[in-house]
Amino acid sequence: MLEISGLHVSVDGKEIIKGLDLKLETGKVHAIMGPNGSGKSTLSYVIAGRDGYEVTAGDILFKGKSIIDLKPEDRAAEGIFLAFQYPVEIPGVANTTFLRESANAVRRYRGEDELDAMQFIRILREKVKELGVSDDLLKRAVNTGFSGGEKKRNEILQMSVLEPSLCVLDETDSGLDIDALKVVSEGVNRLRSPDNTMLVITHYQRLLDYIVPDYVHVLADGRIQRTGGKELALELEQNGYAEFTNAAA
Amino acid sequence: MTTLTDNILPFSDILAAASDNPLGQDLNWLQNMRNANGALYGDMGLPTIKLEDWKYTNLTSLTDTSYRSAIEADGAASIDVMPCVFQKGNPGARLVFVNGMPRLDLSTPDSLPYGVTLEPLAQVALRDPAFLESHMGKVADDKDRSLLALNGAAMNSGYVLHVSKGVVIDSPIEIVFIGGVAEEPLANFPRNLIVLEENSQADIVVHNVGVGVGAYFVNSVNEVSLAQSSRLRMFGVQEDALEATNVSTTCVNVSKDARFSNFNLSLGGRLSRHETYVALQGTGADCKIDGAYLMRGRQHCDNTLRIDHLVPDTSSDVLFKGVLDDESRAVFQGKIVVHRDAQRSDGQMHNKSMLLSDGAEIDTKPELEIYADDVKCSHGAASGHVDETALFYMRSRGIPDAQARNLLIQSFLAQSLDRVTVDLINDALLEKITQWLPATCYRQQEWIEE
Ligand SMILES: Nc1ncnc2c1ncn2[C@@H]1O[C@H](COP(=O)(O)OP(=O)(O)OP(=O)(O)O)[C@@H](O)[C@H]1O
Ligand SMILES: [Mg+2]
Repeated sequence: MLEISGLHVSVDGKEIIKGLDLKLETGKVHAIMGPNGSGKSTLSYVIAGRDGYEVTAGDILFKGKSIIDLKPEDRAAEGIFLAFQYPVEIPGVANTTFLRESANAVRRYRGEDELDAMQFIRILREKVKELGVSDDLLKRAVNTGFSGGEKKRNEILQMSVLEPSLCVLDETDSGLDIDALKVVSEGVNRLRSPDNTMLVITHYQRLLDYIVPDYVHVLADGRIQRTGGKELALELEQNGYAEFTNAAA
Repeated sequence: MTTLTDNILPFSDILAAASDNPLGQDLNWLQNMRNANGALYGDMGLPTIKLEDWKYTNLTSLTDTSYRSAIEADGAASIDVMPCVFQKGNPGARLVFVNGMPRLDLSTPDSLPYGVTLEPLAQVALRDPAFLESHMGKVADDKDRSLLALNGAAMNSGYVLHVSKGVVIDSPIEIVFIGGVAEEPLANFPRNLIVLEENSQADIVVHNVGVGVGAYFVNSVNEVSLAQSSRLRMFGVQEDALEATNVSTTCVNVSKDARFSNFNLSLGGRLSRHETYVALQGTGADCKIDGAYLMRGRQHCDNTLRIDHLVPDTSSDVLFKGVLDDESRAVFQGKIVVHRDAQRSDGQMHNKSMLLSDGAEIDTKPELEIYADDVKCSHGAASGHVDETALFYMRSRGIPDAQARNLLIQSFLAQSLDRVTVDLINDALLEKITQWLPATCYRQQEWIEE
């Protein structure tokens, strides 16, 4: 699904990803854990194509093709979705409208017919029910005044509307209460399929009880320091990252 | 140091011939008013950037064209497509001016309720000169504003809206000024009077629209007098031609418990300046002065206003937002003055601009001047570029860059537009804004919160 090799990334002239290799398999859930500031969000931005995140070396292949020159909107249309660590508030733009614009933009790119308001509402209603998002949140402006948990739920709603093949979830569990964590995890699990890949960035083993990963990677100092199975997450929970940060230093 | 030689004095031909203007020719008081204002203008000339209030707006561009005062015959120009700000037509009354001159054949003032008159100024000068005499120059009475003086001397047109006690007009009145339908550069000096008697209510939309190309000049004065417990909501859509210069002065007296609200959308013109002066004269008087300016190319738009809280328990609320592209420039100068006796005044004034290019510029100066001790006032100004994180967020959802930028502009202006609570007018303004957006591919129907 995604193959990152020898990746170096600089932001504002500062190197943050320093020779990162990572292979995400189709149909699998990969988790990335790592200390604060190690470059996890940076990696997610680079995968999604954010301006200002300069790839100075290496490559990212998505379904076998390099994407590093693709615009973010084209990557989204190709099937890459990033759930933000800090979803952005957009006052004055109704959530439903935004969701539909987004869905239709992707459909246009793929050469599919756009959905009119009625068709879209029908599709949206199902997803909304599954994720327990209230009607009120759909009517309100995108993320504006949403609680932390509501914002994260809204990210998953967008994800389920766009039906991407690669989902990158950046700390989607932070700020969620226990019930919301379950709902969100179920939403993610529902999107799991033999054709899809999940990249779950988290600090907490707890999320991985719900979204059970096939692989766990440790990202520290801009590189993948170790890869293991789900038991690696338990080990990290006990021992912390000292081993890796020391190795990095 | 201001010396006489600093003055720029265009329009002197127009002034010399002002007393021949058929408007009010046989009214002594009006001729006296013309003469007095002509003398004031002659002393002051056009404002120059040496004046504090005119530091950021330079009118010297007016001197490179020679304008002729529009006459009745200019109004006869044919209009192919009648512009209308309402997509589905306006159920209310409409008064149309072409090249500054009233065109009753294009107007429909008849749908107004009993007790309301909406007429061209010249008609009122014949029918009821006493009414004019008792209102003209009474609200806009400053002696030191040269544009006001120029209009007072050269006025050649205008409208009068008079709403009797207790009358409520349901549908918005539409006043349309169609400019630029002439072979040569015309100058217009509309003098408009709005008089609302006690407990009356009206909504009015003033649409300045340019068709064709070429320069023209509009210097209008609006005198608004709102009696006790009346309510006027006034909306402006300025989409003059790109060579046009539009300056206007709106003076409003707000009596006890009366309310004035205003929203001006500025889109057109090479140079526009809208001055608003509101006097909150009775307790409970309230005003809301809003605007949005969307400029590109080398357009220049200036909103200058002053609100005087003269008595206790009055409130004012000002919000101007603008989007500036290319090398356009906007000016916001606002002042809320709370006089010594005006305890418990509430005054809010904010100006925010979004700059789409490095060449765009905003000069903003919101000010409070407070002489009372028990007041609730605040003011602020901010400007910034497109929020890159929000832009990336939208693009990561598949929304193309140009469309995402449009959405961010709409998002930015939503706060302003939300304050326009008349649905019909809100829709009209939204449509105008959407048409202006850099990438117009976006369907606009429901981007705003339901
Ligand atoms: N624009 C920037 N200029 C300079 N440094 C930056 C910039 N953006 C991010 N960084 C730095 O890059 C490093 C990695 O940041 P990143 O947000 O990717 O960390 P993270 O692993 O997601 O951390 P967290 O667990 O706290 O979310 C940090 O040291 C951060 O300060
Ligand atoms: Mg992070």
